Amino acid sequence: MRAARAVRRSTRAPYPLYLIPGLLLFTLVIGVPLVMNIGISLTRWPGVGTPKWAGLANYRDLLHDEAFWASFRHNLTLIVAMAIVPTIIGLVLAYALFDFVGTRFGPRAASILRAGFYLPQVLPIVVAGIVWSWILAPDNGALNAALGKVGLGSLAQNWLGDEKTALLSVAGVMVWIQLGFPLVVFMGALQRVDPSLYEAAEIDGASWWRRFQHITVPQIRPEIFVVLLWCTIAALKVFPQIFVLTKGGPGGATNVPSYFSYQNFFETTKVGYGAAIATVLTAIIVMLTAAFIRFQGRTDDANS
Amino acid sequence: MTQTAERAVATGGGRAAAPARHGPGKRRAGAWLVLLALIVAAALVLLPFLIVTMNALKSPADYSSAGPLAPPHGLHLTALKDFWVRVHFGQKLWNSTLISGSVAICAVLVSLFTAYALGIGRVKGRAWLLVLFIMANTLPQEALIYPLYYLAKQLHMYDTRLAVIIILTAIQSAFGTYLLSSVLTAFPRELLDAAAIDGANSWQTLWRVVVPISRPTLGVLMVFFFIWTWNEFFIPLIFLVSNGNQTVSVALGVLQGQRLMDATMSNASALLGLLPALLFFLLFQRTLTRGITAGAIK
Repeated sequence: MRAARAVRRSTRAPYPLYLIPGLLLFTLVIGVPLVMNIGISLTRWPGVGTPKWAGLANYRDLLHDEAFWASFRHNLTLIVAMAIVPTIIGLVLAYALFDFVGTRFGPRAASILRAGFYLPQVLPIVVAGIVWSWILAPDNGALNAALGKVGLGSLAQNWLGDEKTALLSVAGVMVWIQLGFPLVVFMGALQRVDPSLYEAAEIDGASWWRRFQHITVPQIRPEIFVVLLWCTIAALKVFPQIFVLTKGGPGGATNVPSYFSYQNFFETTKVGYGAAIATVLTAIIVMLTAAFIRFQGRTDDANS
Repeated sequence: MTQTAERAVATGGGRAAAPARHGPGKRRAGAWLVLLALIVAAALVLLPFLIVTMNALKSPADYSSAGPLAPPHGLHLTALKDFWVRVHFGQKLWNSTLISGSVAICAVLVSLFTAYALGIGRVKGRAWLLVLFIMANTLPQEALIYPLYYLAKQLHMYDTRLAVIIILTAIQSAFGTYLLSSVLTAFPRELLDAAAIDGANSWQTLWRVVVPISRPTLGVLMVFFFIWTWNEFFIPLIFLVSNGNQTVSVALGVLQGQRLMDATMSNASALLGLLPALLFFLLFQRTLTRGITAGAIK
């Protein structure tokens, strides 16, 4: 009955008209440029003059470009730093804050601590970059000064400037930036877990680790999956962090596909090649997003 | 990036708190140890903010003699003042505010219209349109940037704030549409039916029924759009090349890239870049950490 009325209403009212602004913007800003970018990736073009048709030549070159593969390997490291590590630490912290601090010291204490962990998330990435490139600076940097103070001066490094430590230093900064996000999502998720499950486990004498393993993790599995996927997509788009921290250096040691495409667009003006890199990156992200949408559809069905 | 991450927060979290299982009386020594460890960990996360503030307030001479870890001798605002004057920080703040404010308002409006058609109008093909919009939001901006840059130059809109506002409105509203559609799909049908019986057309229903009831969600969305746009870096970096148009993030990023700042000025720039973010955080802490929930509508 209600469905019938809804159908009648939607045939009478001009709802499709409301789609106009959104679809116009979408076509202009996303649809057309995306198609153009794929087109450009099939050409050789320095950004001026007429692009020269090149077919799949740019993609063939990518296959043999060691710098491109290296940039992908660096991105894998950053996926570990931005998705996997923050998810694991976030889970433990969320459990500790929610189940331990929240119940024994009150929710206020838990939410103050949570805000502390979350603060790096609200910071503009550029500011985080400035802060850390100064802390990690070779001379005068706070980290090396601190190491000197506690007598570990021999461990001082040119953290971001040395090929051996640059990628790991960037990864460390990413963990700091990212940690608050899984924490906040997981704390929200834990509120959904039926407290009687924990009570029963406690009566059975289960240790906190067993409760964590057998109740917490399985109960909030959907959120864990979503966070991992979102952070992985985010890790594939790390442009600003790399721009402010290392500019892909030293010697390409921290280059990632998104920064690599930018270099090709605006520094070496191999626009066709840059477009090919961006297209490959897009394909990967679209596949991950499709996985995300399918998963969301499944859980929505399960919930309704 | 963080933006994408924060976007997912918007969809998670925020249910009613579970009742506490332990009274505050049940505190053993172990509990205090765990609390202490957590406080130390949070302090470590916050430590960079403290040392940046310390060093932004030092004189360069103080910095070079005492090093970065010593507390400042007295309060030196010279680094802050020098930086402010040198980059015309007031103007950058205005640019950021103008761009973020415009995008927040326009993107909420566009999302509202599209979500109205999808969630309440249930137009044909809405499932596919939704997939399109979420894809648009997760796409890497690198795949759009060169054509956008080229088109903007052709249309004489390169290096204008308007171009950035239009582009970011499209990207933000893609997310807003996705989120609002699911909220409006759950909109109480009785209210819509009542409005229809009263003879309201779809435009009146939108403004007199849907908007007032969805106001909390729309407000939260606007806050998110404002902060995300404020923190946006890549597109403003490419589009806003002249000094007079740059946002706070772009100005800071470009200066940092040129490696022209000494340590105290570097810290001063970080502190000035951090303060607006901190202000938003304190103002909207609950919103940011709680996120948007469908429940906000009821």
